[in-house]
Amino acid sequence: MSDNILIKAEGIKKYFGKSIKALDGVDLDIKKGEVTVIIGPSGSGKSTFLRCLNLLEMPTGGRILFNGNDITDKNTNINVHRMKMGMVFQHFNLFTNLTVLNNMTLGPRKLLKESKESAEKRAMELLKRVGLEDRAEAYPSQLSGGQKQRIAIVRALCMNPEVMLFDEPTSALDPEMVGEVLEVMKQLAKEGTTMVVVTHEMGFAKEVGSRVIFMDGGKIVEEGTPDEIFGNPKSERLKTFLAKVI
Amino acid sequence: MAEWFADLKSDFIKTFIVEDRWRYLWDGLGVTLQIALFAALLGIVIGIVLAIIRATHDKNIETMHPGLGKFFLKLANAIAKVYLTVIRGTPVIIQLMIIYYVIFASSDNGVLIGTLAFGINSGAYVAEIVRGGIMSIDNGQFEAGRSLGFNYVQTMWYIIIPQTFKNVLPSLANEFIVLLKETSVSGYVAVKDLTKGGDIIRGITYQSFMPLIAVAIIYLIMVMFFTKLVGILERRLRKNER
Repeated sequence: MSDNILIKAEGIKKYFGKSIKALDGVDLDIKKGEVTVIIGPSGSGKSTFLRCLNLLEMPTGGRILFNGNDITDKNTNINVHRMKMGMVFQHFNLFTNLTVLNNMTLGPRKLLKESKESAEKRAMELLKRVGLEDRAEAYPSQLSGGQKQRIAIVRALCMNPEVMLFDEPTSALDPEMVGEVLEVMKQLAKEGTTMVVVTHEMGFAKEVGSRVIFMDGGKIVEEGTPDEIFGNPKSERLKTFLAKVI
Repeated sequence: MAEWFADLKSDFIKTFIVEDRWRYLWDGLGVTLQIALFAALLGIVIGIVLAIIRATHDKNIETMHPGLGKFFLKLANAIAKVYLTVIRGTPVIIQLMIIYYVIFASSDNGVLIGTLAFGINSGAYVAEIVRGGIMSIDNGQFEAGRSLGFNYVQTMWYIIIPQTFKNVLPSLANEFIVLLKETSVSGYVAVKDLTKGGDIIRGITYQSFMPLIAVAIIYLIMVMFFTKLVGILERRLRKNER
């Protein structure tokens, strides 16, 4: 296996009950330093697939290799691997009982055993980067949606992850706030962060994606560079999808 | 009118002053407070343990791998359910009498018996309050904790339980008020609590009005004081959020 592959998903299946096949055999390699953007209609399984990558959903079948380790194996301690996989949710999921700063430092302090001072110093640097250093002592309920999502991103970054998973990070935001979140994500991509992004933002996919995956019906229908996917779609399903969203 | 006051005064003296009868109430109050406090602590411990077992079971059992862990969780959940059913399905007085006459037949330690009976009873109600609190926390909070690499217990401890505590505080306070007043049936098994103290005075003086009203007022003051205290605590916790 190439050293360049960070996550290897093999034949991922996810069934809910007996009849609903959310994922029906998905194979995908996530390469280091690449931004993989997953697009597709609602119910296509793209979020489910992303959540399978860090086992928030346990796949019904198939396996996932992270750094060459089979994390779907029953005997794997998934928590160790999750520390290296940052995740950003559609609904932010900031811890409502903690301040912004504590949201960010809880993981590093308790899991990485970092000192309070060191964790807070890094957190403040990250906050500065997203322009929110003055909100360090605020509680999540005092923040706007865009601010919450930027905090959620830096909270994940605080763990120094090897890959960032984004699950429709701008879908729950007011249109005005989408830009500020995408800007942070673009910055990350520019710095060479490995990212997997499930999104409806076609502009972002075109501009930032190294590779675009189009999913439908629990399967990957088409994949390629943004130019190939948006400029020269091959499958009928992708053509009709793009006609509707662009 | 003057005569009425004179009667009242003589009743008062008869009830409280003669032979230091106020001591029945004072000592009873001590017993009541001890039982209520220890029972509340016991109830909270039992309640939180049961709630975590029940909530963990309901949230995870379907996605768990078959194995020893799943077996023990199922077993623990079944035991918890039986406990809840039996304790909530029988009167507290019966439970108190069983503990006094059957389990501790040879003990006269009223505080211990009361604590056990009311603690075990209260635990069942606290369990359901806390379970409701845990289940009401948005699953996203849980997923965010797990996605950072926290295990199940850590996520519960650092994230879910603190949020649950704030949400269930009003219901818990209510449960404590119920518990405090419920201890007044301790007299049934010869525990000399506040109510029993009033009753003893009534038995000596053949005057019902004064001792019973005094007992009622003492309960009322305790409940009002406690309510005030919880109100302050709640406001302090809320400050974080708004």
